[in-house]
This record gives sequence, structure tokens and C-alpha cells, in this order.
Amino acid sequence: MEEQLKITCLHDLHLELGAKMSPFAGYDMPIQYSGIVDEHNAVRKDAGVFDVSHMGEIFVSGEDAETFVNHIFTNDVRPLEPGSIVYGMMLYEDGGTVDDLLVYREFSDEPSYLLVVNASNIGKDYEWMKSQAAGYRVVLDNQSDNFGQIAVQGPKAEDAVVDLLDLEEVRDLDFYTFCDVEDDNGSRVIVSRTGYTGEDGFEIYASPEIIRDMWKWLMDSGVKPCGLGCRDTLRFEAGLPLYGDELSAEISPVMAGLSMFCKFDKPEFIGKAALEEQKAKGTARKLVGIELADNAIPRAGYPVELEDGTQVGVVTTGYHSISLDRSICFAMVDRQYADLGTPLMIHIRKRVFPGTVVRKRFYKTNYKKNNA
Amino acid sequence: MSKIVEGLLYSESHEWVKVDGSVAIIGVSDFAQAEMGDITYVDLPSEDDEFAAGESFGALESVKASSELYCPVSGRVIAVNSELEDAPEAINEDPYASWIIKVEMSDSSELSKLMNAAAYEQAAK
Repeated sequence: MEEQLKITCLHDLHLELGAKMSPFAGYDMPIQYSGIVDEHNAVRKDAGVFDVSHMGEIFVSGEDAETFVNHIFTNDVRPLEPGSIVYGMMLYEDGGTVDDLLVYREFSDEPSYLLVVNASNIGKDYEWMKSQAAGYRVVLDNQSDNFGQIAVQGPKAEDAVVDLLDLEEVRDLDFYTFCDVEDDNGSRVIVSRTGYTGEDGFEIYASPEIIRDMWKWLMDSGVKPCGLGCRDTLRFEAGLPLYGDELSAEISPVMAGLSMFCKFDKPEFIGKAALEEQKAKGTARKLVGIELADNAIPRAGYPVELEDGTQVGVVTTGYHSISLDRSICFAMVDRQYADLGTPLMIHIRKRVFPGTVVRKRFYKTNYKKNNA
Repeated sequence: MSKIVEGLLYSESHEWVKVDGSVAIIGVSDFAQAEMGDITYVDLPSEDDEFAAGESFGALESVKASSELYCPVSGRVIAVNSELEDAPEAINEDPYASWIIKVEMSDSSELSKLMNAAAYEQAAK
């Protein structure tokens, strides 16, 4: 049976703007407004705003919050100062990925955390966390339906957010830090210097009412509305994975080349032993970047082959890159073909096109340089 | 409202055909380009390739998706608009000026299966 699509708190405003809508992660989401290329370029050169209210917010508090989060999370939350953020994954025991997420260290004295998870995984993640919590004195609170979220991204995002909040202090926020702002009614607004585009930018979490007001204000001040279409082209160019494509229950962070977000010097975390074995023995497949000589576009699912036609991998995400004007993709390939410079072919419809393994960070990111 | 040009024939898969004697000049309609969004690549056939009516002769690719091109009539490709290789966006800008291939028809009676502008206007609603 088909499940009823959910909507975000901005849904009617997307329809008013004439957005092309499509189902994504169980939500009816805007894919584009003026066009993917136009929106993509706005984020690279100016500023754009995304509705990302579908993302999930799960709060973890209680006496054992720190040890619990460190148990279920690959990165290390112990060094986090209040107001700082770290990226990592939750894993299954076998090293497969439950989800990738951001962990926010709250301003509380006793460590407590906000976990921001992928929309498609909210229910699964919450159940997984609950199932792992036995013996830990923690309170898990899924607040996903009570928060809206917008992402303001691009070189002019800082100016836009300063004007929106009438708050100069946000200029001082370092990359991967956040601050709490109180709305006039006392409701919480979280302003975070994070994003999923490779550009400087902010993600703002607040009640649906406040998010609606902010969206309308940004529209009136000419910030370009951007859909999930360009969110994907932007994150892809910046070499950022998408759960379901580059990470999954079958794809571990080691296979995806994301080991730097797994802290092996921690005493333990779920999946650690499996990852250590993968690192020691090597995994059968690895995620690589491939650049094509031709403009033909590699799409998810297309076979990666050797010159003799043997299939050695599959494309996970591919585009004709808007910012770089060349055809590039992520692909999972047998590890003996994963070295930089390896020639590989991609089968596109009836023809094969030659390509080369390149670094996955296709586009040079422009994040805020942290204050010394 | 998408633009439909009088005097052209249209296929159900949104190609247009301009008939010039025994030659069919083929492109895609304004409706098709608007549905696709920004076109970034055109996969073109080669001259002398032969296609049956309804057979795929290439593809249009937008940022997000690829869409097959279907030959509205049977015949042999006698010209390919190679300018589209470097300027695929021309199809977005003016789909009726941006022909894709010219086909020497092997059976011009197939043209009777295509729609005129009025019929296509109904179909593309």
C-alpha cells in the first residue's frame, strides 16, 4: 500500500512559488523553482535557501549521554565544546551504515546532544538508538515533527542571515559551530554554520511558525529559493555522500572513503571491530570519483567496465557538473581498480565512454576559515 | 502554456517533424524541453544510421534525468545537428529552430500517423 506523502511547514509556499514537486524520503518536496542550473549557480556565487524541514532532530540527554552517543557514533564527542558540531555515522555491528548525521553538543553543563539525521531514516534511527540504549541512563526524544529547518547557503549567506536575524554575532560563528537565539516568544532558534553544498552557509532550526516567517522574509529580500535538485548537484560536486547512494547498510564508511570520521582511538563504538578488519584486509569495493573524457552523463546504476567489457563497478551518482563543466560520477568499484589515474569505461546506453579515476572532491569547497 | 507551431507534425513522444519533400527534419517540442528542464547533453546518432519509426535514435539529458528520443518515421539519417554538442541549451531556448536530425524517409505514409498542431495541442494538455 502506498503511504501518504508528508509535507513540510513550507509546502503551500513552495506551491505558490510554482515549484516542481516530487516525493523524496516520504515527503512531497520542491525539486526546483527557477531551474536546477540557475539555483545551483546562485548558491555558488550568491545565496540560496533550501527547505530542509524534512530532516530529523533527535535529542539525547541524561547522565550517560556522552558515553551513549560515543557508543552509537563513529566520531568522538568527548572533545566537543558546548556549541560545536561533529559529523559521523551510526553503524551496525557488521560496519554497514545506519545513517550519517551531525551531532550538536548542547550548551548544557552535563553533556547533552542534538542528532540531526536524514529524513528517510528518522524512524529507523530512533528505533535503532532505543534498541541500543539498554543499560544507559539516557533520555531519547524525537522532536522531528516540532522543528522546521532552512539552509541558507552561498558566499552571501552570511549577509542574508545577519539581516534575517538582525544579529551581527552570527558573523563570528566558526564552521561547524552553532548558537542559540531566542525568539520573542521564547521559543528556541538554533543557528548553525553548516551545510551540504560545499559553500559557506547556515542551517537554522526553529518551530514551524518561525521557519515560515523566516522563509517569507528571505523571499521578500530576494534570496533565491533552491530545491532538492541543486542540493544534490551541489553536495555531489563537493564530494559529500548521500545516504542510500554512497552510504547504506551495505556500504561502510571505510568503503566510502570516510574513515577520517571514525575515531579508532575510542575504546569502542558499534561497528568498530568490523571497520578495523575492513581497514586491515581491505574491502572488496571502494567508492571512487571518475571523470569522463566526453560530455555523456553517467547516471546511478550504469555499469563501470574494463576495456574488454568486464564489469568492475557501478555508478552511484553522476552528473554533467554545473560548476566544473565536465561529466563526473561517484562509483563503487572493485578495489584493484580504485587507484587514482586508473582508466575505466562507463557504459551509457548503447555505448561505452572512457574515463579516469580522480579525487572525489571534484569542487574546491569554500567553507568559512575558523578564527584562530 | 507551451508553444506549438502550425505546419509541423507531432509524435506522441513530443518530437516535431517538418516535412521537406522526402526528408523529415526532427526536433522536440516546447512541451518536451520544458518538462526536461535545463538540457546539458544531446546524445546524437551518426549519419547513415537507420531507424524504424518508434525506435530510439538518441537521448536528451537534463541535469537530473535522461530522456530517449524516438524517431517518428522510418529512414536513414542524412544530417545531424552537431552544433547541439556544444550548445545543447539551444533546445531550451528555441526548440523549433533547434532541429536534431534530418531523415531520408523510407515510407512517407507513416506521416499520416502523426498529429497536426491542433491535435497535438489537445494531446499535450
